Amino acid sequence: MRTLQCVALFLVTGVVSAQIAVRGESVYTMAGAVLKNAVVVVTDGKIAAVGPDVRVPDGYRVLQAKVVTPGLIDAHSVVGLAGYLNQDDDQDQLERSAAIQPELRAIDAYNSREKLVDWVRGFGVTTLHTGHGPGTLISGQTMIVKTAGKNMDDALVRPFAMLACTIGNGAKGSDGKKPGNRSKAIAMLRSALVEASIYAEKLQAPADKLPDRNLKHEALAQVLAGKVPLMVTAHRSQDILVALRLAEEFSFPLVLDGASEAYMVSERIKQFGAKVIAHPPMMRSRGDAENATFELGAKLRKAGIPFAYQSGFESYVPKTRVVLWEAAIGAAHGLGMENALAAITIDAAKLLGIDDRVGSLEVGKDGDLALYDGDPFEYLSHCVGVVIEGELVSEGPR
Amino acid sequence: MRSLWACALVALAGVLPAQEDRAFVGARVIPVDAPEIADGIVLVRGTKILAVGARDEMTLPPQTERVDVTGKVIIPGLVCTHSHCGGPSGGDRSSPIQPDCRVLDAINVRDAGLRKARAGGLTTLNIMPGSGHLLSGQTAYVKLRIGNTVEDLVYRWDDGSPMGGMKMANGTNSIRSAPFPGTRAKSAALMRAMLLKAKRYLEKLEAAKDDAEKLPERDLALEALAEVLTGRRIVHHHTHRHDDILTVLRIAEEFGFRVVLHHVSEAWKVADEIAAAKAPSSLIIVDAPGGKLEAMDHDMRNGAILEEKGARVAFHTDDGITDSRLFLRMAALAVRAGMSREGALRALTLSGAEMLDLGDRVGSLTSGKDADFVILSGDPFSVYTRIEQTWADGEKVFDLSDPDDRLYAEGGYGASVPQNFNMCCFQRWRN
Repeated sequence: MRTLQCVALFLVTGVVSAQIAVRGESVYTMAGAVLKNAVVVVTDGKIAAVGPDVRVPDGYRVLQAKVVTPGLIDAHSVVGLAGYLNQDDDQDQLERSAAIQPELRAIDAYNSREKLVDWVRGFGVTTLHTGHGPGTLISGQTMIVKTAGKNMDDALVRPFAMLACTIGNGAKGSDGKKPGNRSKAIAMLRSALVEASIYAEKLQAPADKLPDRNLKHEALAQVLAGKVPLMVTAHRSQDILVALRLAEEFSFPLVLDGASEAYMVSERIKQFGAKVIAHPPMMRSRGDAENATFELGAKLRKAGIPFAYQSGFESYVPKTRVVLWEAAIGAAHGLGMENALAAITIDAAKLLGIDDRVGSLEVGKDGDLALYDGDPFEYLSHCVGVVIEGELVSEGPR
Repeated sequence: MRSLWACALVALAGVLPAQEDRAFVGARVIPVDAPEIADGIVLVRGTKILAVGARDEMTLPPQTERVDVTGKVIIPGLVCTHSHCGGPSGGDRSSPIQPDCRVLDAINVRDAGLRKARAGGLTTLNIMPGSGHLLSGQTAYVKLRIGNTVEDLVYRWDDGSPMGGMKMANGTNSIRSAPFPGTRAKSAALMRAMLLKAKRYLEKLEAAKDDAEKLPERDLALEALAEVLTGRRIVHHHTHRHDDILTVLRIAEEFGFRVVLHHVSEAWKVADEIAAAKAPSSLIIVDAPGGKLEAMDHDMRNGAILEEKGARVAFHTDDGITDSRLFLRMAALAVRAGMSREGALRALTLSGAEMLDLGDRVGSLTSGKDADFVILSGDPFSVYTRIEQTWADGEKVFDLSDPDDRLYAEGGYGASVPQNFNMCCFQRWRN
């Protein structure tokens, strides 16, 4: 669809500039060894060729950079729902009127022109898994978007990526609202899942006996059917184990989010096969996350647990983190440069189930690239260009 | 010249007891107030720096303990001009101006935040109450020695009294429901009225000289503000928006107090005015603009722009807004945005010390100053560089190779117990 629009634009304007090639001294394809002095050719938004001996077709715009990586993927953010001004009218990531609201769609709240979308894109982020934030038991749906696009529809990759759930102190109701404690929270969650499974069974009935549509049950039924993972924000090891217990009982796909104390129960996580969207290493180690460590990424990697980094959710200053800088801290604290880069490119793409389109520089994938004037993780390096589906959408240095 | 002086000192040292001498040999030494030394020595006697110089130009006193730091980098202990480590508190909700409240009476020296600050290479902090008041109280300048009480840590004037500044704020944080001000003009008016009161009090104090009969009745609030008016106590002023910054300068000029501008998100808009006023700025650099209206135009180039205008610049963590363990990162981000490396290093150390009236004691690797320094594994501005050791007053206060210390550097189970995260006005946006 997007490609069609590009072609249409090309026909109307008649300008031969839609095609692009990026030449890098070091090209991290994330699909094999680092290529030296290589070229990535992007034709009609898709990668057409990658390699050191690739010829750039005539008429292509050629960009150059010291380091070229796949466009970065932020595995979990609230950017676009949460705005940078932090006023009531730009905060749509959390609705507190009820503890369980799986029917809230991210696509109905995403502002593609939010300044923070532009901000993170400037540092190389091309794909965002964003949506409803942590803070209630089930806060709503998440979506996957590209960081370009005038409107939500232009940017959309997947409208319903995961269902956001929080357990632990972060999900307790304020002002005496339910749930007041952990046991109540899980009882409420289990009841909602049971109700949704009964609803799903009724959907098997003949057409004239179908139940009335119920948006809550419909969303949860997607989880129960294994089509959409439940993303459970849980920091304490006890809460992580609760999430595993629930996923076992209802056999839904589980993604652990935050997971500060995952290193304390890594064998159980590994055994269960859950994936982890690790908290941003620079997240404040307070509340349920008081035992967070800069080394979580290194520890997960060592335990063989698939994980990706996220910018997470911030309610004050800074209003968002930048996943590039978070992965940098992970890189410097035991994970290493290339593993950390994987956690914001190919590993993030796999975790989100979008590795057929993004996450590595391979022929046929989207032409999403980030260009840097040095090691992307170094404090003093700049992002000098961002390409999304063959279009130069940000120019540096940033 | 520098090394000759060092040699002279070393010669003098030879006749004195030498058992406390310790030389850190072979590092790239960045003294901050002098050119870098590629292969240098930092010689420490007791709590003080005895000499700093090139390895091949220095002769060490006999019996000096040699510590091989080849391949490492040594910089002065970092100075954070604005920290909330240790769970400080100032005024309560009863009124917007409370100069009688001292953070000294509220600091927990066992707070994990202080251990993390040592892991970040910090040796001097200005511990402040929050910005939810026009004036939230007296701040405390502390040295991150290992101490059991806050008295062990606090810097002192020659007369033995504890050193600190005064925390003030304008803009949105201190605008609240009554009895707090509801507008910016009211904020300024309330503060000016209080300063006028303090001025009259100071006049009475001065008129009385030492005549106890004539002295006004002691008033803890006015007494502290009088110290602001005499210049003994520096005002550390939270301010973000360009017009709020100018309001601070206007009132400081009216009453003649010394002020350091803190945060200064929109410094880039009024850099000429800040430079013309010769006002020092202590900057915070955060990862994204916004989070509140007054920080919407926060810009990472503030350091570069103020430096270019010739204004004095330091940095601060505002811990827990940013993490003390990553203080070097903040200066690195300023360099990324165009500030000079030298300026950014000075801003982390000596410039901060000067803004706390401590420039003659700490902030550079200079003979006679306190032996506060950090041993790094590599360049100060590389993300891959690790802070290996922190020394304060000649004592090792952090060692990455010690598992107990490492816990605070990396985090992990128990690393934040207890840690009081004091983020002013955070609660107003709690989600």
